[in-house]
Amino acid sequence: MNKCTERVYNGIIKENPTFILMLGMCPTLATTTSAINGLGMGLSTTMVLMFSNLLISALRNIIPDRVRIPAFIVIVASLVTIVQLLIQGYVPSLYDSLGIYIPLIVVNCIILGRAESYASKNGPAESFFDGVGMGLGFTAALTAIGLCRELLGSGAVFGHVIIPEEFHISIFVLAPGAFFVLAMLTAVQNKLKLPSATNGDAPKSALACGGNCLACTGCGSSANHMILAEKKAEEAAKAAAAKKAAAEKALAAKKAAEEAKAAEASKDGKES
Amino acid sequence: MKELLLIAIGSALVNNVVLSQFLGLCPFLGVSKKTETAAGMGAAVIFVITIATACTSLIYDFVLVKLGIEYLQTIVFILVIAALVQFVEMFLKKNMVSLYESLGVYLPLITTNCAVLGVALTNVQKSYNFIESVVNGIGISVGFTIAIILLAGVREKIEYNDFPHAFKGSPIVLITAGLMSIAFFGFSGLI
Repeated sequence: MNKCTERVYNGIIKENPTFILMLGMCPTLATTTSAINGLGMGLSTTMVLMFSNLLISALRNIIPDRVRIPAFIVIVASLVTIVQLLIQGYVPSLYDSLGIYIPLIVVNCIILGRAESYASKNGPAESFFDGVGMGLGFTAALTAIGLCRELLGSGAVFGHVIIPEEFHISIFVLAPGAFFVLAMLTAVQNKLKLPSATNGDAPKSALACGGNCLACTGCGSSANHMILAEKKAEEAAKAAAAKKAAAEKALAAKKAAEEAKAAEASKDGKES
Repeated sequence: MKELLLIAIGSALVNNVVLSQFLGLCPFLGVSKKTETAAGMGAAVIFVITIATACTSLIYDFVLVKLGIEYLQTIVFILVIAALVQFVEMFLKKNMVSLYESLGVYLPLITTNCAVLGVALTNVQKSYNFIESVVNGIGISVGFTIAIILLAGVREKIEYNDFPHAFKGSPIVLITAGLMSIAFFGFSGLI
């Protein structure tokens, strides 16, 4: 499997952002009132994610390290504005039903998380396909949750009613239903011991918070960066210590060699 | 005056920001283990959202509309909010040490809280003027504080309860939030 298909597989199955990494919970709960809304939200996020990964990866050597987070936010916000204008122009019905959640893609943890942990360290092609994989994984998850809620709540699949109205449990398309569906999902994951960020089995993401949104206090939070900075400082200290040790060793070796030389010289002197 | 009161009650209770709009869910689930930390987070959110709505409303009215570049609102708002939080943190650290000590740790966590950006965008969408925006901001952040403190109170009690093992951790918190959300539907008759 080459690197690009591996990234796509990784995003959809192995590190699915919704089911396994538990990232981006706000849009997951808010926009899954029907399968089509979930699909629309997923695809918009995919578009932003693909191009933000591509751009950030291409610019990663130009952006200074200290201002990278604001720079990433500007890139993501510009892309979100483009996507928003496109949806408004071509799919006005989706624009009306998603409303405020389209501009809020900017603060979706998945996008800044991938930028920080993958795109800023890897080449443009791989990062682009990482965005494709993560985006499609997010889309699949949102569509699946939307399908469940739509079927239970309004007895329909993609808008086609298949269950008569007296069997609808309308709470599932309302706000509480979102919490219940997600609660059941994580409970099933816990029961079957499936990998998930909530039971600590998820593959650790490069973010210091472990990429778990449910235990997170704000993505890209400065606490997170502080931990990262501490880690970096620790590594630097370790490297410095190793360097010092090596230097000392070299110095000792040099001394020993000099001493040996001196001893030899004095020996020579005595002999002569 | 009556309209302002309606906006405040509407955004605090009827359309509660976390329980019916799903904004600011991360801190809602993450910082609600203890009542005191939840109250601290709530206070910080009230503080930041009030200042942020005032600033973004002024910038929208006097810069973006004047220049005819309303479509740049998302970019401008997120940058203004991020800069504002940094600035508020520095100001408090220098001039109001006691307030900084009680709110300080929560401030950086709010920068990417989607509720802050969400409120700014809602104000534009509903074309509120300056005073209405600020009142809406206060209402929404008070609603957030009510919800997070209530959830923290329930979670402290849940610790001692006996429920299926698979529900330990986040599932039971989500169920609690769902039940609270149903309870908040009761407020919809208020307006």
